Amino acid sequence: MGYNQDPSVPPAALSGAVSIPDALADLEPVRSVTTPLRMEYTATPGASLSKYLRAMKEKRIIGDVCPDTGMVFVPPRGVSPVSGKRTTETVDVADEGYIESFNITRIPIKGRDDLHPPYVSAWVVPDGSNTGSIALVAGDDLDLDDVRIGMRVKAVWKPDDELEESAANILHWEPTGEPDAEVPDMMRIGRPTDGGAQ
Amino acid sequence: MSDDVLRAPLVLEYPFTRTTGPVIGGFLTGLREAMMLGAKRSDGTVMCPPLEYDPLTAEPITELIEIGQAGEVTTWSWAGDPRPQQPFEQPFAWAMVKLDGADTPMLHGVLVDDADAMSTGMRVQIQWREERTGHIADIAGFVPETGDAG
Repeated sequence: MGYNQDPSVPPAALSGAVSIPDALADLEPVRSVTTPLRMEYTATPGASLSKYLRAMKEKRIIGDVCPDTGMVFVPPRGVSPVSGKRTTETVDVADEGYIESFNITRIPIKGRDDLHPPYVSAWVVPDGSNTGSIALVAGDDLDLDDVRIGMRVKAVWKPDDELEESAANILHWEPTGEPDAEVPDMMRIGRPTDGGAQ
Repeated sequence: MSDDVLRAPLVLEYPFTRTTGPVIGGFLTGLREAMMLGAKRSDGTVMCPPLEYDPLTAEPITELIEIGQAGEVTTWSWAGDPRPQQPFEQPFAWAMVKLDGADTPMLHGVLVDDADAMSTGMRVQIQWREERTGHIADIAGFVPETGDAG
């Protein structure tokens, strides 16, 4: 036993051979305990993300241009992840794009009562951007079996009077019905510099 | 366009549910029934709260026994300005309490009005919650010993 015990033999603590006082022996034992962890922060987004969030309030999506490659990164971070150089130019990208990858979730997540399974999480690349980001794809008559890589989608924004400095202004993306985009071969970072598929 | 700094609340929350196993589960079952249990080690000493393995020998724990509901403060620290997520809203003492019948102390709160009421070696007893679920918070806190059962 001890340190050298055969790992294929369950220790008593796991096999249930733990004796307890008689007074407790016939009661339903505690088998689990909830131990929530919660951390409350105040986040400040910094200069580049602040510009992005303020553009969001105007229903615009903006990105940074890499000074070496011309690649466009959304959201802007102030630095190009491919060249490592500080970015100086910010451009608007479209609020339409294509699905590069997706997943259909059929199991509810505790604490996310706003999500109603089954729902589609997708990696959406806006036209004019070399990067995608995670987004919900939905629509009144969306057939889950119809969701596919290359599907064209456009952003569905909150009503104008509810817009804030927030990426949550885009409620979800919905299919446009246009012909599918030709999805370029994936690279680890970024897509071709012509602004992605069209 | 405003140049004010943007700020937003950001909450990270992990709603874990853990399975307890028979040792920790036995201890929590005891709490639910307002009974304190300790783990008997191979040398005859008793750990409270219990661990699943003896820290000295790595032997699995196989026996939980009832211990006392009062004990001695072995060390303490005054929390004069409790933060929002600490377990008590009023000032309290974090304390290590070695219960009668146990050889190791456990961490919990001592509910007294100010630090002058605290001292190392003082006797305290458990104050149970009315509604218990099998959780360490079934102990509302420790209070100076009166002799009456909590």
